[in-house]
Amino acid sequence: MNNLNYTFTKKTKNITIGLMVIGFITIVAGFLTDHAPDGVSHDEYHHNRFWANLLVNGWFYMGIALLATFFMALQYVAEVAWSVAVKRVFEAVSSYLPIGGAVMLVILLAGQFGVHHLYHWMDPEVINPESPKYDEVIANKHGYFAPWFFWLRALIYVGVWVMFQRGFLKRSLEQDLQGGTALHFKQMGKAAAFMVFFAVTSSTAAWDWMMSLDVHWFSTMYGWYAFSGMWISALTTIILFVLYLKRKGYLQHVNDSHIHDLGKWVFAISFLWSYLWFCQFMLIWYTNIPEEIVYFQERLHDFGYMGLMWTVFFMNFVFPMILLMSRDAKRNYYFLVIVGSIIFVGHWLDVFMMVMPATVNGHWHLGWIEIGMALGFLGAMLFTIHSALAKRPLLVKQHPYLDESLHHQV
Amino acid sequence: MSKVAIHAIYDDEEPLMATAKELRSKGIKVKDVYSPFPIHGIDAVIGTPRTRIAICAFIYGITGTCLATLMMWYMMIHDWPTDVGGKPSFAYYMNVPAFIPITFEATVLCAAHGMAITYYLRCWMLPGVKAKNPDPRTTDDKFLMIVETKEENKNNIEAVLKNGGASEISYK
Repeated sequence: MNNLNYTFTKKTKNITIGLMVIGFITIVAGFLTDHAPDGVSHDEYHHNRFWANLLVNGWFYMGIALLATFFMALQYVAEVAWSVAVKRVFEAVSSYLPIGGAVMLVILLAGQFGVHHLYHWMDPEVINPESPKYDEVIANKHGYFAPWFFWLRALIYVGVWVMFQRGFLKRSLEQDLQGGTALHFKQMGKAAAFMVFFAVTSSTAAWDWMMSLDVHWFSTMYGWYAFSGMWISALTTIILFVLYLKRKGYLQHVNDSHIHDLGKWVFAISFLWSYLWFCQFMLIWYTNIPEEIVYFQERLHDFGYMGLMWTVFFMNFVFPMILLMSRDAKRNYYFLVIVGSIIFVGHWLDVFMMVMPATVNGHWHLGWIEIGMALGFLGAMLFTIHSALAKRPLLVKQHPYLDESLHHQV
Repeated sequence: MSKVAIHAIYDDEEPLMATAKELRSKGIKVKDVYSPFPIHGIDAVIGTPRTRIAICAFIYGITGTCLATLMMWYMMIHDWPTDVGGKPSFAYYMNVPAFIPITFEATVLCAAHGMAITYYLRCWMLPGVKAKNPDPRTTDDKFLMIVETKEENKNNIEAVLKNGGASEISYK
């Protein structure tokens, strides 16, 4: 008997709430105990470590939900049949998006009001030619970073993403009742529109919120690099949830072939990420132009991130490549759980590497504040996903490709 | 007792799959199946051994990696050290990021060509070789299953094939 109604058990609920409590305590205690490191005057220190951590988690977990939305849209646009059996898992993972988007907006808002100084260009002094802090490079970029334009963009990104995401979920439930193909074609149209919007905004959001931490530097690969990192994180979350649900006796209609296909996606996108990461690195390393090389100078030599950089590379490229290469590994529960967890942590560290060298420079830690906050956000995301799973049946009832997906075999 | 090969023609792949499963469960070997398109999962049903092409691909790929590394080391480091973009050319590892794209391409080139050539040789698909298809209709809309058996079993098997929905049965 295939049980389609997921119950969010008391035990799971307690674990996720426990994680959130840990996170909350770390946020409060971290803020209170985060003092200026040696050599930085107390007045100029604005809890950089604390805010940088919030940004790491805000971006990483929002990215998971965002790319789950993207992946869902991709299934419609490409008319994919096999994934219909696990569609509800994609939908549940995407349901963290409103919270993740709100967290990002709160972080940006705090920056705008000068609560933290992660974004150097948010300080109005740097574009004032009279001020000693005047920075010509930033002043030249002011057209793009003007507050009204920046905030217009930020609100449009989050607003439109959330609107599409909620629309997909709403119509998916309506389709269960209504059947037919009218709603399916509507989903396809909406998904195509989302793809066009997302193609632009996934890059510009990465520039606005992440690349602008190193405001003097820019890279045309950055948007895709950030995008592929979010994508692989979303895929590992999805595959881990599918395996978890199967373990618990749900999703009996999901067979080895579905798992195999998800495994292929994880394998492929971890390559995509490695490819983009390496392209960005190699071109900058080779040309060695001072204004470009600063990014890697900070990350490789100046601030002692070399070991972490290599760790990220191994966790996100070498392990998945070796461990997931064979067909049997992509169908094996333990392999997928191990590789999925490695990639998940690896990409959290990758976001850490994007944020930290630009914000706290050499004063970086991987201590209780970092780990506690990451666990807290993880708890919030898991809680949202579990509740979303419990709210809706685990299999769509009416979908033109449902039957094909249930007989999927590769 | 002499052996006979039974050729059974089917109109669809599903009855063929079902019959093949039934034969296997009775311990009768299916020699081969010809079909106009790949039938997913048929190799497991008729008991074809797992392909070893993956092992070949790995060996060819490693060969490509080694050849490319040797070539670039000889050209760029050993024979005529070339300074490109101010990068040190004293040792291979110092320049390794620049060599990665070529290493990758050479690996793919050798793996892909090696696999294709191995496949053609193994299946003996060379220019001018006559096709070995026992029934040309399997390239259009028919499915053919070949069962090799001893003379005395043939009536037994023929019944199973007929029950499974075979539209024609012949002996070769």
